[in-house]
Amino acid sequence: MRVKRILQEKEAALKSSVDLALIDPLIEKFKSKKGNLIPILQGTQDVYGYLPKESFVKIAELTGLKLSEMYGVATFYTQFRLNPVGKHIVKVCHGTACHVQNATAISEAVEDALGIKDGETTEDRLFTLESVACLGCCSLAPVMMIGDETYAKLTGNQAVKIVKEIKIKESN
Amino acid sequence: MEKTKVLIGLASCGIAAGANKVYDKLKALQAADNLDIELKKTGCIGMCYREPLVEVIDETGSYLYGEINEEKAVEIFDKHLKQSEPVKDYIVKSDLFESKDDNFWEGQVKIALRNCGVIDPENINEYEEHNGYKAIKNILEGKISKEQVIQTVLDSGIRGRGGGGFPTGLKWRFAQKNEADTKYIICNADEGDPGAFMDRSLLEGDPHAVIEGLVIGSYAIGASEGVIYCRAEYPLAIKRLNIAIGQAREKGYLGKDIMGVKGFNFNLYVKEGAGAFVCGEETALMASIEGERGMPRKRPPFPAEAGLWGKPSNINNVETFANIPYILLNGAESFAKYGTEKSKGTKVFALTGKINHGGSVEVPMGVSIKDIIFKLGGGITDGKKFKAVQLGGPSGGCIPEYLADTIVDYDSVNATGAIMGSGGMVVMDETTCMVDIARFFLDFTCKESCGKCTFCRVGTKRMLEILERITQGEGKEGDIEKLEELAYQIKDNSLCGLGQTAPNPVLTTIKYFRHEYEAHIKDKKCPALNCKKLITYTVNPETCTGCTVCAKNCPTDAIDGARKELHFIRQDACIQCGMCFSKCKFDAITLS
Repeated sequence: MRVKRILQEKEAALKSSVDLALIDPLIEKFKSKKGNLIPILQGTQDVYGYLPKESFVKIAELTGLKLSEMYGVATFYTQFRLNPVGKHIVKVCHGTACHVQNATAISEAVEDALGIKDGETTEDRLFTLESVACLGCCSLAPVMMIGDETYAKLTGNQAVKIVKEIKIKESN
Repeated sequence: MEKTKVLIGLASCGIAAGANKVYDKLKALQAADNLDIELKKTGCIGMCYREPLVEVIDETGSYLYGEINEEKAVEIFDKHLKQSEPVKDYIVKSDLFESKDDNFWEGQVKIALRNCGVIDPENINEYEEHNGYKAIKNILEGKISKEQVIQTVLDSGIRGRGGGGFPTGLKWRFAQKNEADTKYIICNADEGDPGAFMDRSLLEGDPHAVIEGLVIGSYAIGASEGVIYCRAEYPLAIKRLNIAIGQAREKGYLGKDIMGVKGFNFNLYVKEGAGAFVCGEETALMASIEGERGMPRKRPPFPAEAGLWGKPSNINNVETFANIPYILLNGAESFAKYGTEKSKGTKVFALTGKINHGGSVEVPMGVSIKDIIFKLGGGITDGKKFKAVQLGGPSGGCIPEYLADTIVDYDSVNATGAIMGSGGMVVMDETTCMVDIARFFLDFTCKESCGKCTFCRVGTKRMLEILERITQGEGKEGDIEKLEELAYQIKDNSLCGLGQTAPNPVLTTIKYFRHEYEAHIKDKKCPALNCKKLITYTVNPETCTGCTVCAKNCPTDAIDGARKELHFIRQDACIQCGMCFSKCKFDAITLS
């Protein structure tokens, strides 16, 4: 049964819509290095924005890493995602400093505005909402990060405004 | 005459406040006017609450400008840079004027942060001009023995700045004594404590100091391989580290036969973490470098015997390494003269929370918490009442107002039930609910527990459930005792530091704020008016103008009332969302 399933997955991987050739150079680079599992997964996520199931199968085949180990590592670290994400990832900081400055209000306001819960992606694949532990800008709390841009000393309304502005830009 | 220098603080927090725009503006102005000034990017100056910061150094002295935007930058450019007339209104620190912010600097001693906000972190020449790589040069040229280096570190009395407080010199000696073909030296830059950013400031502001510290360490213990394990959430720190490593390699401070000394090889690289708090624990960190799940391992064997890839390894924190070149260059006494008997030197703290002057400060050990908060920190925001300060993040605890005279050194802080930790200091006022803070930290450790030890994995979950119940007004008699019992079980039966310290936030809040727990459980009240389920919103008949804004915004239509008439909140329909409270322009919604 198990063998059959793996074979099926391999087949699916071959037919998949994800362009697996994109990670060839990455695999080549890390193939024989020790401790390569995390860098390979990080590199793969950089390419696709998440870790497609098919990529696991391909990496396992070419590097000899075990699928179970890869899955174990991918689910252990918060950095890795197993599902596709939106174009913009809205990271609302929930570090201690942000928490005491009411970061919950920011999350709730953005949740309301986008109609999604923490960790979810909007249907138009524009936004993914994430709560993160600490962005390290504690003295500017509460903060939120979208892409490389950090927004400081926010209120719920301001956060919603920022998100809506991005939305308007995208629709033009 | 020396060129006028203009420094712009471009660390993460400066950038978040808009410093890049200020830099671009000044750069454009300089180009347009072809003005002969030196425009420089620098790291964190420490005064985060006044970001973006611009410092002008001309022949008369230094002027630090705070809260600068593009408009103000134009003004500074026109008046100060072109006509040598400083814009007094924006000055937050200057040798020539007094400023209301002067107390922020009083009592600060910059050793670890000596170059932060002074040099351009992406330029190795500037680090060299500020005594950079001189310590390692002296060691190699003066043929100072490994033993002497370790002895100097021991004599300086420096203890692990990551929070553990283990004497650094001793750690190095253990690693040096173990013979092996390869040894590793690791810098722990996985600053996971929510509410702490000292290491980020250092890495972004002075990466070469950390690298030189590592080179000295590698010489002392005989390590040929080095790793800086940095959390991926700090992209700017990683970028600057990589630039710095490249420059150091080019100049011969890293690589083969360092500075011409045959056989002194040291290879260093940055490893990005993948987001797991437990990886701040040394054995978990090593497992993560090896590409595995970051789960702590049993000790012994200690890393000094069998660490990374089974080889002797030494691991220190960012701030520890940043202090090392200073100690070696200026002698053990230059560091040991600061501090208390058992905690020598200075410590960097990240001041955040309900405090006027949030930022990073470096003070000698032995200063009281009160002085840090009220003198340097400028007191509590909005004139509210100081309630407690949280030290040590999820492993630490809350120190109440009446113990604010506690001095910062490892042993005094431990005596309160908190820990020194890496230096995060989150200040809380009367509106912070201590039960909610305990719940917040338990939520964090519960998510971050690696799952290896049952007590930590299941115990933190059970504690979190109880705390959630209490904050929702469903606390029961006996809950406090149950929390305490679970806390001691988790402390006693967990393998690593995460589990052993996870209950600390709960234990210290029960110890100092038991009455708040009791108010939640028995009276179903939250004294800080923070826990939503336990507060009631009502309309104040005296200030309500009947403008209908609250009623329009109420998501559950719980507010009745006609235009220009007194409104009324139906408690059975109210979900305590606080919308009416935030929308009312007449302060007519009261909390109780």
